[in-house]
Amino acid sequence: MSRSILPLVVFALMVGLLWHGLSLDPKKVPSPLIDKQAPSFSLAMLEDPSRKLSTGDLAGQVWVLNVWASWCVSCRAEHEVITALAGRNLVTVVGLNYKDDPADAAKWLQKFGNPYAVSVIDRDGRVGMDWGVYGVPETFVIGADGLIRYKHIGPVTHESLERKIMPKLEELLG
Amino acid sequence: MRVLLLMLCLGVWVVPAQAAIEAYQFDSPQMETDYNRLIDELRCLVCQNQNLAGSDAELARDLRRETYEMLRQGKSPEQVVEFMVARYGDFVLYRPQFKPTTYLLWLGPFLLMLGVLYLLVRRLRKPDETVEVDADALTKAKQLLENNESNQ
Repeated sequence: MSRSILPLVVFALMVGLLWHGLSLDPKKVPSPLIDKQAPSFSLAMLEDPSRKLSTGDLAGQVWVLNVWASWCVSCRAEHEVITALAGRNLVTVVGLNYKDDPADAAKWLQKFGNPYAVSVIDRDGRVGMDWGVYGVPETFVIGADGLIRYKHIGPVTHESLERKIMPKLEELLG
Repeated sequence: MRVLLLMLCLGVWVVPAQAAIEAYQFDSPQMETDYNRLIDELRCLVCQNQNLAGSDAELARDLRRETYEMLRQGKSPEQVVEFMVARYGDFVLYRPQFKPTTYLLWLGPFLLMLGVLYLLVRRLRKPDETVEVDADALTKAKQLLENNESNQ
């Protein structure tokens, strides 16, 4: 009896495993930076390149880093969601303008509206590399302790904002 | 149409080979070997089934440059790998490291093979199943056989 059941059990396990695999998105690579110290940077501000913003300036507060570029089509798709998040005035939303022409970036913000408290220029993508950015847009949630608590890859939708990012922010804000 | 299709197919094959064309100057043959080995073993995260050597994505280009710069600064290939893993995770490695989380990955196939071998050997060694035969029937069968022989 057990002999005839064993292959069936193995088969069922395989089906379960493969079924689960189908629901995963291979494009979303888990970041090794979660719960690690946010990589530091000190970059010129897009609004005024003579001034710099560094991660140290944000220490002690919960903040969001949104990686965007004017050439990035999905950034336009998530723009209204980021705007909605910034409009709630819960946390500082910093933009990391990734591998972009600052003039194009400024134009883009003028055209669609600027949701960011400040955007910094990462012209050669070196800071993006430190943050493990591989597909724009990406959004990071950083806690008051300076640790990265959440990373969203790809455009943030209203749904992912409410279901993933907001709960994380609320938890961090206490 | 056929020619077009053929060209398309050929084109698809040609692209990966052409991708990494930056002309880097290497300080030593060892550095060149290390560089080539690294970009061969590191995965491009944008086009996930290509390595850095074969990808023309911007990120791949940046990571190749980073690899080159790090080697030129005298960093070891292990340090380059560490750098990549710290940022992009184990996924960047086409050859995963041997550590507790990957034990199953590395040893799994061998365990599976051992398991199958064990089952195979056990099955081969197992004596034929003894068939229970009624003693009376056996004697009768023997008699029949003997009779048959003596009849001939």
